[in-house]
Amino acid sequence: MGIREGSAAVEVRELTKRFGDFTAVDRVSFTVGKGEIFGFLGANGAGKTTTIRMLCGLLAPSGGEGSVAGYDIIGEYGKIKGRIGYMSQKFSLYNDLTVGENIEFYGGIYGLTPGEIRDRSGELFAIIGLEELKGKLTASLPMGWKQRLALCAGLIHDPAIIFLDEPTSGVDPLSRRNFWKLIYRLSDMGKTVFVTTHYMDEAEYCHRLSIMKGGRILEMDSPHALKGKYGAQNMQEVFLASLKEGS
Amino acid sequence: MCNSRGEVVLEARNFSRSYGEVKAVREVSFSVLRGEIFGLIGPDGGGKTTLLRSLVSLLSIEKGELFFEGRSVAREPELVRRRIGYMPQRFSLYQDLTVEENLRFFGDLFDVDRKEAEGRIEELYGFSGLKPFSRRRAGALSGGMKQKLALSCMLVHSPRVIVLDEPTFGVDPVSRSEFWQILFRLREGGTTILVSTAYMDEAGLCDRVGLMYGGRILASDAPELLNSRFPRDLYGIRTGQPHLVLDALEESRLCGDCHLFGEGVHLTLEENRSPGEVEACLRERNLGWTFFGPVKPGIEDLFLLLMKGEGHGD
Repeated sequence: MGIREGSAAVEVRELTKRFGDFTAVDRVSFTVGKGEIFGFLGANGAGKTTTIRMLCGLLAPSGGEGSVAGYDIIGEYGKIKGRIGYMSQKFSLYNDLTVGENIEFYGGIYGLTPGEIRDRSGELFAIIGLEELKGKLTASLPMGWKQRLALCAGLIHDPAIIFLDEPTSGVDPLSRRNFWKLIYRLSDMGKTVFVTTHYMDEAEYCHRLSIMKGGRILEMDSPHALKGKYGAQNMQEVFLASLKEGS
Repeated sequence: MCNSRGEVVLEARNFSRSYGEVKAVREVSFSVLRGEIFGLIGPDGGGKTTLLRSLVSLLSIEKGELFFEGRSVAREPELVRRRIGYMPQRFSLYQDLTVEENLRFFGDLFDVDRKEAEGRIEELYGFSGLKPFSRRRAGALSGGMKQKLALSCMLVHSPRVIVLDEPTFGVDPVSRSEFWQILFRLREGGTTILVSTAYMDEAGLCDRVGLMYGGRILASDAPELLNSRFPRDLYGIRTGQPHLVLDALEESRLCGDCHLFGEGVHLTLEENRSPGEVEACLRERNLGWTFFGPVKPGIEDLFLLLMKGEGHGD
């Protein structure tokens, strides 16, 4: 399911979440465009997870407003659910099911008919390169392939926006690059990719990054522009310098 | 730095370890010298944990030999366990005990005299900055603080050699950087440190590293020397469309190797090919770039090259 005509993929204004006296997310505003790969960085406890939970409709904001795929995160979260996908570094695949069975299972969860699952998984397997592994037991796959299968599971219902939580940490450098080639292809197809990561290597692949601290967004720009601004060689330096400045 | 630097503290000779059919570690030889930080760098599933667990005597030794200060780990596991501080990937803190109670408990576990432990705990607070949280339950600490507490717990008995299995996994860059500052201070005090990590960028923080993949150490040296081992001229392209540039170059057959690298690609040229041909190829496809020229290879470039030699199955 796609984004509502004329809307941004994600748009939030003055989004705020308070837990008692503690303000976890403090008047955050940003817009993510269709097809954009948007990196969401920040120290532990900076408010990233809370923000994402609000975007996914899992948590009600205390203030401000937002829309995902053009639908209001407060009033229309039921419409958002089918338009977002999620893949975490700690993805849950069933090890004793085959690759194909895992995908059928996830398709079923999203309420797809067997015919829809067949069409959709055929398409995805071709893009992701899982076709030949369909009958293989998931447990037997190398880590890099499990990751791609998890991505595939997150895409089975054809969401417009996919959330990736540290998608490639711990993976070898070649598998990581293969994974990011896929992400670029999804972006070319118009999918919006929302990445949270502590892995500064992953951050470098994003079109645009935001850096969060204490519930606020300190920086938002392309990796190249941010490196220029801080005179830094890499995102690690940018990250540390921006947080220092923001304190 | 310690005077006795150069002395071998930990050593593996032709060490192999299998789990059934799976060869987790394959004929690994390396040594860690007194007072250095040695990093085992590589992705998950490369054999790092198996190697570390074997070195601290927690796995039976099947093939090859392991030594701690010249003594066989297989023959004297008790000695190894007393003298080496080991922090596993999934460390166990007592979540219901406070920070200080955890520290005291680990002191008792290692038979540290109570008085001595008090002094040591104060000293460790100095390192970790955990003093203001001494009465907080371990379960209520942030991820970064838990990591520092786990490190402190294994330092209560003042081991001169410590082995850390991916201590910075899943921790944000600020906490990671603070954790490394603690390791540097320990090194200044003469502690020998063997640490594993999947974060390639942490290689530069070690005195020497071993690049581990598929159960082997593919190369081992000081990080700056390893980088100079990259055998060919490496070029970098910075562009707004890295994946399209990559596709074009892969198709062109101008490159020996070509990989995505952040906002661009890194490449080596096929023999008898020139940078001009690469530029022409990109121009022909209307692909722009903001930089094209020689770049200095990093650990990741070398790792990709060495993996190729190992026949990466991806």
